Amino acid sequence: MTPQPDAGGHFGSYGGRYVPEVLMSPLEELERAFCEAREDPAFHAELDELLHTYAGRPTPLYFARRLTQTLGGARIYLKREDLLHTGAHKINNCLGQVLIARRMGKKRVIAETGAGQHGVATATVCALFGLECVVYMGEEDMRRQRLNVFRMRLLGAKVVAVSNGSRTLKDAISEAMRDWVTNVATTHYLLGSALGSHPYPLMVREFHKVMGEEARAQIQQAEQRLPDAVFACVGGGSNAIGIFHAFIPDRSVGLIGVEAGGRSARLGEHAARFSGGSPGVLQGARSYLLQDENGQVSLTHSVSAGLDYALVGPEHAWLHDTGRAEYVSIGDRQALDAARMLSQTEGIIPALESAHAVAEAASRASQAKGQVFVVNLSGRGDKDIDIYRENFRELDS
Amino acid sequence: MTRIGRLFENLKRSGGKGLIAYITAGDPTPEHTPALVEALERGGADLIELGVPFSDPIADGPVIQRAGERALRAGTTLRKVLDIAREVRRRSEIPLLLFTYLNPVLRYGLEALAKDAAASGIDGCLLTDASVEEAGEYVRIMRAAGLDTVFLAAPTSSPRRQRLVAQYSSGFVYLVSHTGVTGERETLSDAVGPLVRSMRSITELPLAVGFGISRPEHVAELGQQVEAVVVGSAIMHLIERNLDNPSLEVQLESFARELKHGFEMAKAGAHRP
Repeated sequence: MTPQPDAGGHFGSYGGRYVPEVLMSPLEELERAFCEAREDPAFHAELDELLHTYAGRPTPLYFARRLTQTLGGARIYLKREDLLHTGAHKINNCLGQVLIARRMGKKRVIAETGAGQHGVATATVCALFGLECVVYMGEEDMRRQRLNVFRMRLLGAKVVAVSNGSRTLKDAISEAMRDWVTNVATTHYLLGSALGSHPYPLMVREFHKVMGEEARAQIQQAEQRLPDAVFACVGGGSNAIGIFHAFIPDRSVGLIGVEAGGRSARLGEHAARFSGGSPGVLQGARSYLLQDENGQVSLTHSVSAGLDYALVGPEHAWLHDTGRAEYVSIGDRQALDAARMLSQTEGIIPALESAHAVAEAASRASQAKGQVFVVNLSGRGDKDIDIYRENFRELDS
Repeated sequence: MTRIGRLFENLKRSGGKGLIAYITAGDPTPEHTPALVEALERGGADLIELGVPFSDPIADGPVIQRAGERALRAGTTLRKVLDIAREVRRRSEIPLLLFTYLNPVLRYGLEALAKDAAASGIDGCLLTDASVEEAGEYVRIMRAAGLDTVFLAAPTSSPRRQRLVAQYSSGFVYLVSHTGVTGERETLSDAVGPLVRSMRSITELPLAVGFGISRPEHVAELGQQVEAVVVGSAIMHLIERNLDNPSLEVQLESFARELKHGFEMAKAGAHRP
């Protein structure tokens, strides 16, 4: 079972294309460009070279010895995407899409960003290829991720503050879509997660599946067997789908996606779409959505900007309904505690997003003696230092 | 045939052109909307698009975004917009087209909406983010309830897509004048001429043009090419500037009259390009 969407981009009844008519032909054009590139050995050669020499692939699969000892159960491995250039997995997709944009002759690239990691990765590849770059970011996210705002500007990108709605990722995506609708002839929308209309969820997965392919080979090398479970955090779901994909045919491998449980299970206080949402349509795709009884999209909350979004990527909805993957949520406090534990047992400060996956793996480890866990450490925590300081005041005197 | 179909038959017989007025239902409150609709009708509007506010309006510019936020804050829901339609229907036979995004409609339920909308005197529905590819079930259910389904064609639509849009549309086809979001513009885009000519060769359905039309001169220019023009953001901007002004209805009525007069300007040849 290796999932491919149907011709309309549907994973089961999820995904599809729900956009204003203005964008339909451009999406068809993008799909053609992506499909042609996918068949072109020269495209793959250039992308592989960039991933290797510029981004730093392959990333290590690291055995977390002290974390494993501390928890006293499963043997825990970390897929070190945090070591990639720009500090997170996002660069994989950005390098792929910027090559597509160049094939399509687009001179201007726009993107949305939540935590700022995708914005930084987009600004980076635009600098690398000499393209104009505009990044939309919610005002609330700009406040809590100030360092990344500056990094984007230093890289030559224009960062546009979005003050609508919840002033977070969802509103940044809406504003980027409005820009794309207006400037579609010259502009490529470099969407940063496995979200939006076909071909984006498929394309973003294809550019991130290298994580799972590497991890699958590396764990077999290290343990002479497949892992029992693979953990990844799920906002839109790009790092999760990227590491899950290669393991989907391996029925013995549990795939565990970790959403943001936020402050509580009350609507508006979390971003747990599977436990708190229902199927709906937002920003181009059908999937599990946090919404009220009138079909208005709910506000969400997470301490981690990258998980703070009302819709989950459509392929995850399908993996959920088919039972192939399991989705759970981890609250703000547990994620913060897991970040501190990983910092002090392994000397690795994780991104808050990735700390959600670490927390879930840690919570299961003691009951899983003899098992092997792989956790996707999708990003590093430099960008979250201000939030860690706010939450660990006793360390900051 | 719906009131929309009859409107365009009457316009054809009389040689007239239609003014379509968009209004975000519930701005400033649901209680205000019926009177605002009636003011637009008195001023000469031939069809009303009742916008149902949605939290994430990706196709709308700032004016209609703000209108939607005010309407949502005032407690507007799809159910309340149907109440508004029923209220308008007590006194008026003006065609009413629901104009919204897909998610509130899915949440209400397609079957339930078709039944309730028809019973409320709604004549049709336009969903900005429902591409024809995703709209099969929606079209079947709406049509079965006797409602029109209007779809958008854009300057970027390929000939293949233009044919699909015409196939899925009933009542009329809504042509988007330029690539972009809703909002007033100084001048009209020249992209619409080729789109109008191309759609004429594909369909017998009446054509309406919208997006960016805000002045009688725009109406004059487009009135020579299509059966109807749509004005939205300019109306919502006027409402926004006069939220607490007791003369709002009078102003709306006179703005609609000015816009409608644009068609006369065209007939008089004043604005032949």
